[in-house]
Amino acid sequence: MDLTTLTYIFVGTTFALYIGIAFWARASTTGEFYVAGKGIHPVANGMATAADWMSAASFISMAGLIAFNGYGASVFLMGWTGGYVLLALLLAPYLRKFGKFTVPEFIGERYYSRTARIVAVICLILASITYVIGQMKGIGVAFSRFLETDYDTGLYIGMGIVFVYSVLGGMKGITYTQIAQYCVLIFAYTVPAVFISLNITGNPVPQLGILSGMSDGSGYMMDKLNLVVSDLGFNEYTTQVLGSKLNMFAYTLTLMIGTAGLPHVIIRFFTVPRVKDARSTAGWALVFIAILYTTAPAVGSMARLNFMNTIQTGPVGEIEGNIKYEDRPQWFKNWEATGLLQFEDKNGDGRIQYYNEKNKEFATKAETYGWKGNEMVKVDRDIMVLANPEIAKLPNWVIALVVAGGLAAALSTAAGLLLAIASSISHDLLKGIFKPSITESQELMAGRLAMVGAIAAAGYFGLHPPDFAAGTVAIAFGLAASSIFPALMMGIFNKKVNRTGAVAGMITGISITMLYVFQHKGIMFIPDTGFLGDMSPNWFFGISPNAFGCVGALANFVVAIAVSKVTAPPPEHIQHLVEDIRIPAGASSATEH
Amino acid sequence: MNNNAGYWKENLRLVVILLTIWFVVSFLFGIILVDTLNMIRIGGVGLGFWFAQQGSIYVFLMLIYVYTKKMNALDRKYNVHED
Repeated sequence: MDLTTLTYIFVGTTFALYIGIAFWARASTTGEFYVAGKGIHPVANGMATAADWMSAASFISMAGLIAFNGYGASVFLMGWTGGYVLLALLLAPYLRKFGKFTVPEFIGERYYSRTARIVAVICLILASITYVIGQMKGIGVAFSRFLETDYDTGLYIGMGIVFVYSVLGGMKGITYTQIAQYCVLIFAYTVPAVFISLNITGNPVPQLGILSGMSDGSGYMMDKLNLVVSDLGFNEYTTQVLGSKLNMFAYTLTLMIGTAGLPHVIIRFFTVPRVKDARSTAGWALVFIAILYTTAPAVGSMARLNFMNTIQTGPVGEIEGNIKYEDRPQWFKNWEATGLLQFEDKNGDGRIQYYNEKNKEFATKAETYGWKGNEMVKVDRDIMVLANPEIAKLPNWVIALVVAGGLAAALSTAAGLLLAIASSISHDLLKGIFKPSITESQELMAGRLAMVGAIAAAGYFGLHPPDFAAGTVAIAFGLAASSIFPALMMGIFNKKVNRTGAVAGMITGISITMLYVFQHKGIMFIPDTGFLGDMSPNWFFGISPNAFGCVGALANFVVAIAVSKVTAPPPEHIQHLVEDIRIPAGASSATEH
Repeated sequence: MNNNAGYWKENLRLVVILLTIWFVVSFLFGIILVDTLNMIRIGGVGLGFWFAQQGSIYVFLMLIYVYTKKMNALDRKYNVHED
């Protein structure tokens, strides 16, 4: 069967499954819509959390980043898993004990302030919308390849599907669907990885494959990769850093605390029956996430090796060493059609030269070969995972499976995020603050309308994404890290932080981060409105905008504690509330107030 | 009240120990000391690189596992468990 038919079958079947589950488990009460009525077992919830968590950024984009950044991409691997340790140890059990529906609700009550709640809602929406933009980029890439259209059309179709699917289900539908999506996406991710690892190293376990030798006996796989890339002027794979060590430190820290501050992840811990389960849910979630995250380094490094070898078929510098453009493989043509891969024959020799022209020393050498610049003028890193099975010449059904997996990842996360946005608008803003008198069905309707608005906004920005899917998502983490995480953590671990401190802290944290991101990436990511160009010399201590959230978080902590010291301490009953959430005994399920 | 304060103190101690390990395997081994550790090789990669891309994740898993076990025991010790 040909690839297109197979892809339609895989994508069609999995989508029918998700929609079937969403329909079967559709939400009828606000409790079910927001937190699935609390009846979810930790293993199931862990799996759903993993699917919720592993987005287009993890599935589609991360291995591409690893492929082209090598060691430098470790920030994503450590950052997006280490955050679960913070979540399990510092937040999840206490937020579950508190027992409400949303993150702003906790902040509002702990800091006895509607202002704090509104500020939390704004921070949450900013972080979540930015995150959804990252997903939209991933969805656009996956659909454009699958339907063989350009990126923009792929994005519009993706928006339509997210709309149908998440507006219907609510949390209950989403949780069950996400379990199915996890199975699809992890299968789709690991199967090609096993094949490719077996091809290249002879070891079927990708985690061990990267430590092993090449199956053709030409030495260790990583040594070979280092050689192949440095021969073409690129940085050595296993030692190249992302910016600087300090930037990597900041980047990792930002992703970790951002993970623990992202509302759509935190919300999952409200859905477990007991405090005990909140702790183990975080553990289970990380188990399921780790399966993908420990496979990703193999996918990235092996994709890079295959990709380099496809173009540079022989010794560097010899005419015959580069593939003829007309001999390019089918996958190359397919991705050219999407515009995400572009070739320009600069020296007119009909062959493809792909090398690092920014490396002065190598560029000089390349001129002596008659090379007139890097001819792969565009290699969108987000295509690597989807292209990987094709590059490795795996059977068509594997490729179809990967497309279905990528869509599962993007959809599950988009749905979870949209739910977090919807609940903060309908539950926190409307029901909690502006119009407490609305009925449950009106609240549900408002939640669904808020989702529609969020999809439209994310789609608009998805047309002009500020970065690769994973990069865009990283900005969302910065925003969550600098605003929500510190407020939650201090709310639990520091009884003395009061409402003035918390509000001042959140505003300071998110403002610093946003200002820094916007000055480099454009105001609201609109290109050319950034007043300090997006280049490293303008960065504060060389910290990239994506990595700046931890600085904002630090400012948040300092300001909140300082302001709390000079203003009135929190009232007695709030201090009791904090003492109460610190012990598990007496937890009841989440209730309306 | 004393009971709860004791529980909280032990909890904090556990969290501090586990977060120290969390910091060591990721930030220290994976970033700060990566070049030094890379002199030790496991299979085809340096140990620092391995910690950054594999090892830290395995340790994170163990940390949450230990935390869950210890906290459940602590809940019973201070009789603050649910049900």
